[in-house]
Amino acid sequence: MKTLEELKAVRESMEGEVALRTHGNASSKYERHVLVCGGTGCTSSSSPKIIAKLNEEFAAKGLTDKVQIVKTGCFGLCERGPIMIVYPEGSFYSRVDVDEIPRIVDEHLIGGNPVKEFLYEETVDGDEIKSLDDTAFYKKQHRVALRNCGVINPECINEYIGRDGYKALGKVLTEMKPEDVIQTILDSGLRGRGGGGFPTGMKWKLARNIVPDADMKYVCCNADEGDPGAFMDRSVLEGDPHVVLEAMTIAGYAIGAKQGYIYVRAEYPIAVERLNIAIKQAREAGMLGKDIFGTGFDFDIDLRLGAGAFVCGEETALMTSIEGNRGEPRPRPPFPAEKGLFQKPTILNNVETYANIPQIILNGAEWFSAMGTEKSKGTKVFALGGKIKNTGLVEIPMGTTLREVIEEIGGGIPNGKKFKAAQTGGPSGGCIPTEHFDIPIDYDNLIGIGSMMGSGGLIVMDEDNCMVDIAKFFLEFTVDESCGKCTPCRIGTKRMHEILDKITKGKGTLEDIDKLEELCYHVKSNSLCGLGQTAPNPVLSTLRYFRDEYIAHVVDKKCPAGVCKDLLSFEIDPDKCFGCSMCAKQCPANAISVTDYTAPGKKKPAYAIDKDKCVKCGACIATCKFKAISKK
Amino acid sequence: MNSAKATVPFKGTKEQEAQLLEIIAEKKDTQGALMPILQKAQEIYGYLPIEVQKIISDNTGIPMEKIYGVVTFYAQFSLYPKGEYTISVCLGTACYVKGSGDIYDKLQEKLGISGGECTADGKFSLEACRCIGACGLAPVLTVNEDVYGRLTVDDVDKIIEKYTA
Repeated sequence: MKTLEELKAVRESMEGEVALRTHGNASSKYERHVLVCGGTGCTSSSSPKIIAKLNEEFAAKGLTDKVQIVKTGCFGLCERGPIMIVYPEGSFYSRVDVDEIPRIVDEHLIGGNPVKEFLYEETVDGDEIKSLDDTAFYKKQHRVALRNCGVINPECINEYIGRDGYKALGKVLTEMKPEDVIQTILDSGLRGRGGGGFPTGMKWKLARNIVPDADMKYVCCNADEGDPGAFMDRSVLEGDPHVVLEAMTIAGYAIGAKQGYIYVRAEYPIAVERLNIAIKQAREAGMLGKDIFGTGFDFDIDLRLGAGAFVCGEETALMTSIEGNRGEPRPRPPFPAEKGLFQKPTILNNVETYANIPQIILNGAEWFSAMGTEKSKGTKVFALGGKIKNTGLVEIPMGTTLREVIEEIGGGIPNGKKFKAAQTGGPSGGCIPTEHFDIPIDYDNLIGIGSMMGSGGLIVMDEDNCMVDIAKFFLEFTVDESCGKCTPCRIGTKRMHEILDKITKGKGTLEDIDKLEELCYHVKSNSLCGLGQTAPNPVLSTLRYFRDEYIAHVVDKKCPAGVCKDLLSFEIDPDKCFGCSMCAKQCPANAISVTDYTAPGKKKPAYAIDKDKCVKCGACIATCKFKAISKK
Repeated sequence: MNSAKATVPFKGTKEQEAQLLEIIAEKKDTQGALMPILQKAQEIYGYLPIEVQKIISDNTGIPMEKIYGVVTFYAQFSLYPKGEYTISVCLGTACYVKGSGDIYDKLQEKLGISGGECTADGKFSLEACRCIGACGLAPVLTVNEDVYGRLTVDDVDKIIEKYTA
């Protein structure tokens, strides 16, 4: 496509099709569209088999020309996967089983009646079927970065164009000067969504102006989403890869670059595949390459794969990895805007940051800055995981409270358990306890309470999680992933981990807690890069809000949550025990034997555990049918 | 503990070498070529022993110590062969909070190997992986390309049986 007119023609021919899925002005050659989620989660739960079955049924029942099957990206409600949505009704089939397909085809696609019992229960209200937008999970969401995920087929550039794809690029190249683009992004208030929260417009401005006559500049995308528990970027890459390509091209125009690199982690094979397809299609359509839209502007993008190093999510480590080196960060200054990839001025932005750019260009800076709080504009995508009913991806306006996210959108804690803490920011972040439940989520508020926004992973913990154990878990990760270049991180995190290990094994002292805290401050202030500088955060924040748990481990030698094995004692309640001896038979350490006490009302004598022999494996608890054994 | 780690001799074929040389010729003049070359080399051979590193060094001019440094830095590059089935247990936060640590321990116990090792018969290798992003299914493990989610410790036996049958 060489001209804006050609782009417009494709858009107009596709708009009607795609609008069938958004309750817009639809005009499709199909009666219905069936959207099946093709994100990693649902694919792992066999959504390809569902598509295969649909194809088989359609061929047998003559539906192939009447109903379109569309493989999309993530709808967000991963807890309910595999997910299938039928439009125009918007019927949300959840936890779909391949065996349910024939009935759905017969009753719904042919008969016109959605099969209520296979729908997501929250949408079924007696005889009525509610819209997905009215469910607790979706009601408060505002999908900007995730706009196209779950709506379009990510492997079809025309569907992207049908949703205004590449229109922003056209506007930028033909109606705006690079300085105007930068000003728009600055005015929008967009801040880096990878966790740092640096104003995106400022980053682009610096890269444009610090070395104005550089012979080469680079636009990089950080798709090395390494935070465990975070899958926001993965979903954008799998569900809407073109938005990243379009945004990077806009960025290239703004700063004066001709080449972009997307550094994507190799652990995301579906994302890699979809990006490769998208780049190929974009090049074929003329959206990447030479003389885009006939304006003389050249820009191309290449993929580079990571190789399993968390530290390569750090900007200088990422760049040095692209250069073919060990992923060790570099000191700054000089900052990448001045000397980055291959020593040239470079910008590196996160996937989600890019996902917002085209919408800001099309709708204007004020549209974006009208959402969110005073200093944190727009929306943020969070990956809800851990002990929460509705695990999945949510996009909410900045300023939404943690209570709303956990109780309303997340559906609360399963199994009747009590909320204990929410971890944001992954291994660089901190935990947020109940006392801050009503905090409006934004960059500065979270830092103020000892956590950080991070990339968006939000792990919920309940009363059965031990906060000392969680701190140790994060340190284990950081010790493993430390690149080793600087002493404070390489040795400091290891020493911190050793102390935490001691504490969880019941060998810690109060002096150890003081030493741990002191180490935290040293590692934080002296490490070369963000990995070391933020590694102590989980420890500092658990010490701040859950110090009593540390004290219990150290002084009472007890783990209140019942997690740290060495501090548990397994006990049989002699009054509940029926003397069936199953536990004794299961015990691998032969630690259980009969006593001479028979409880009132019982026929056989109770058993007891010899604590010196007990290896705390839990086999006895798993075996006991009478719930007579507990661990404290 | 017996493991196949250091004792399997290099069995590279002429075809594999030809494939590798083709990749090197194609990529060697691009900036930062070493990473993509190593990634393709591992796809061809399954791992990156010294012999393969030497071929790359001889044909790109990159010194051995640099290549070795890069191979040992990244978790995905392996100096040792993997088993026929690679079991990867996700120890990311969401999975860990839902008990994947116990599943990992059970596997180590059942297979008689530690993480990073391979059973002596070359059948299974075990590793802990970083978050694969399927947090909605936590806890998760993969056996080669197959993904198993929403697991409990009791599922481990059934999964191993499936691949030993």
